[in-house]
Amino acid sequence: MSFLIDSSIMITSQILFFGFGWLFFMRQLFKDYEVRQYVVQVIFSVTFAFSCTMFELIIFEILGVLNSSSRYFHWKMNLCVILLILVFMVPFYIGYFIVSNIRLLHKQRLLFSCLLWLTFMYFFWKLGDPFPILSPKHGILSIEQLISRVGVIGVTLMALLSGFGAVNCPYTYMSYFLRNVTDTDILALERRLLQTMDMIISKKKRMAMTRRTMFQKGEVHNKPSGFWGMIKSVTTSAPGSENLTLIQQEVDALEELSRQLFLETADLYATKERIEYSKTFKGKYFNFLGYFFSIYCVWKIFMATINIVFDRVGKTDPVTRGIEITVNYLGIQFDVKFWSQHISFILVGIIIVTSIRGLLITLTKFFYAISSSKSSNVIVLLLAQIMGMYFVSSVLLIRMSMPLEYRTIITQVLGELQFSFYHRWFDVIFLENKMEVRSADEGRCPRGEDFSLLDKLPAGQTLVFPTSISETKPPVPSLLEGQEQMTIEGLGVEGEGETKCSRLPGGHTMVIPDSHL
Amino acid sequence: MASLDRVKVLVLGDSGVGKSSLVHLLCQNQVLGNPSWTVGCSVDVRVHDYKEGTPEEKTYYIELWDVGGSVGSASSVKSTRAVFYNSINGIILVHDLTNKKSSQNLYRWSLEALNRDLVPTGVLVTNGDYDQEQFADNQIPLLVIGTKLDQIHETKRHEVLTRTAFLAEDFNAEEINLVIEKRYFSRDSNQIPGFPDRKRFGGGTLKSFHYD
Repeated sequence: MSFLIDSSIMITSQILFFGFGWLFFMRQLFKDYEVRQYVVQVIFSVTFAFSCTMFELIIFEILGVLNSSSRYFHWKMNLCVILLILVFMVPFYIGYFIVSNIRLLHKQRLLFSCLLWLTFMYFFWKLGDPFPILSPKHGILSIEQLISRVGVIGVTLMALLSGFGAVNCPYTYMSYFLRNVTDTDILALERRLLQTMDMIISKKKRMAMTRRTMFQKGEVHNKPSGFWGMIKSVTTSAPGSENLTLIQQEVDALEELSRQLFLETADLYATKERIEYSKTFKGKYFNFLGYFFSIYCVWKIFMATINIVFDRVGKTDPVTRGIEITVNYLGIQFDVKFWSQHISFILVGIIIVTSIRGLLITLTKFFYAISSSKSSNVIVLLLAQIMGMYFVSSVLLIRMSMPLEYRTIITQVLGELQFSFYHRWFDVIFLENKMEVRSADEGRCPRGEDFSLLDKLPAGQTLVFPTSISETKPPVPSLLEGQEQMTIEGLGVEGEGETKCSRLPGGHTMVIPDSHL
Repeated sequence: MASLDRVKVLVLGDSGVGKSSLVHLLCQNQVLGNPSWTVGCSVDVRVHDYKEGTPEEKTYYIELWDVGGSVGSASSVKSTRAVFYNSINGIILVHDLTNKKSSQNLYRWSLEALNRDLVPTGVLVTNGDYDQEQFADNQIPLLVIGTKLDQIHETKRHEVLTRTAFLAEDFNAEEINLVIEKRYFSRDSNQIPGFPDRKRFGGGTLKSFHYD
C-alpha cells in the first residue's frame, strides 16, 4: 500500500518537472522560433523531468521520506529510463534531424539516421577502453557499463564548464578589467562605420550604372559558368566586366571592414553598459563577489598544489568534517546525527539548485548564440543530451558530499563503480582547463554566473597536477596491469594503503590509492 | 552618375526569412546561391526609373539596407543597429510565411526602426501587443513581404494568406500618407524572373515611395 502512495507521489512530481521543462522550452529557448516538431519538445521535457527526479530522490534519501524499498525501486527505474533516453533515443533523433536537413538524403532518412546512430554507439563504446572504470565481470549491456561511460562524458563536461566558469566569473564581475569607454569613442567608430557604408554604396552605384549601360548597349554580362566558361573568360573579357570584377573585389574588402566595425561598435556599447551597471548597487555587489571568487579560486589551486606535494587524500565529506572540527576543536556539543542530516540536506539542496539553474542559463545563452531556424531542433536535442549527461554525472559526484549513511543507495544502485576515478578525472580536466583559460584570457566574455556546483566541493581530495608530456611508453597497458581492484567505499571499511603511480595518456600523473577490503 | 537622387530603404525582418536573398534578387537579377548570415548591415543598390515612359521620368538609386540580426538581440547590438536608421525613406518588412513568430516580430521591428528618437532600451514591446497610435503620425511608407510561399502546402495557403492580410491591415493607419502594399514573393531556385517582369514588380513597389 505504501508503495502505491510513494509511486503516486513520485509520478506527480515527475509530471510537475515535465511541465516545468515544457514551459522553459517554450518561453526561454524557443522564444523566437516556431515549434514544428513537438517530438523535440517532448524529449527535452522528459529528459529534464527524469534528471530532476534523480535529484529529488537524493533529497528524499537524506530526509528519509518514503519507504526505502520503494525508493530503491524508483532509483532503478529512473536510472534505466534515463540511460535509455540518453543512449538510444536522443542520439537517434539527433541523427534523424541532421539527416533531414540535408536535402540529398531526404528519401532515405531513417536508414541514414540508423547508420549515424550506430556510429555514435561505436564511439561511445570505445570511450570506455582507455579508462580504468570497470571490472571485467560485468555483462555487455548492464547499467554499470552504460553509466560509466555516460559518467565520463558528463564529468568532463562539468569540469570544463566549472573551470571556465571559475575563471570567467571574476573577469565578468570585477570592474577592474573594464576598460574605459567614452561616448566620443563610440561616436567616432560609428562615423567610421557610416563612412565605410557610404564608400560601399558609391562603388555599388558605379557597378549598377556600368551594368545598366552595358545592358543597354546590348552586351550581356554573364558570369563565367562551368570549366570552359572560366577558361574563356581569362582570355577574352570585355573591358566593362573587367572593371566590374575589380570594383567587386574592392567592395568585398570594404564589406569585411564594415562587419568588423559593426562588431567593434557593438562591443563598445556592451562595455559601456557594463560600466554603467557596475556603478549600481547590484553591480557593486557582484564586483565584491568577483573579488571573493577570485580569491577562492586562487586558494583552491593553492590547496591542490599542497595536496600533491604532501600527498593528502580526502575521504570524508565536508559536513562530517565540519561537524568533527566543531566538536573536537571548538568544544561545542550538539546532536551530530540530527544536525548532519539537516546540514547535508541544505548543502546538497543548494548545490543541486545552483547547478540546475546555472546549467539552464548556460544552455540558453549557448542556444541563442549558435542556433538558426534550420538547426534549432538539432541544437535543442544536443542540449538535452548534454543536460542529461551532466545531471547523471553530478549524481555520481554529489555522492562525495554526502555523509556515509546516505551514500548507500547510490552505491547500491550504481553498483561497483569506481567513484574516486571520477573525482580525479574531474580535477584533471578542471585544472587543465583553468590553465588554458587563464592563459588565453582577454576576449569577449559572456555575462552571467556559470559557476558550477563542483567548485563547492572540498579541496581535500587528491588532485592531479598536469606534468609536461613525457617520453615514456604508452601508458594504457601499464595502467591496467599494475593496478589493483578498488572496492566500494560506502561499505565503510577503508584503509590507507600505499599509493601507486601510473601514467595516464597525456603525461598526467594519477595517484590511485589501494583499498583493502 | 552620383548626382542622381538617392532613396534609402531599410529591409528588416528576423534571421533567416530571406532578406539577403530578396535584396540580391532585386539588385542583381539573380538568385543568391549561398545565403549566409548577415553580420551588421549589407547594402545593395538598384537603379530605377521612376514613372518610366512618362515625361516625368526620373532615375533614382535605390539603396536597400539589409540589416541583420534578431529582434531579441542584446541592447548593445540594438544600439549599434540604430546607427543605420538615419533618414530612411521607406521600410520593407520581410517575414517568413512558414514561421508565425517572424510575422509577430514585425511589429517590434517596425517600432525599433521608427522610434528612433526613444532610447533603444526603453522600447518594451510585448509579443503581439502593439499600439496602433504609434503608427499614427508615421510618414514613412511600409511594405510587407512574405517569403517562401512555395514551401507551404497547397491546402494551407488560404489560411496563411488570410492571416497575413490581417497583418498588413494592422499597419495601416487612418491617415492618407501611410501606404501599405502586399506582395507575395515566391522563392524559386531555378527560375530567374525576366527583365520585363522585374521592371513591373519594381514599378509597383516603388510607386509608394514617391515623396516631395
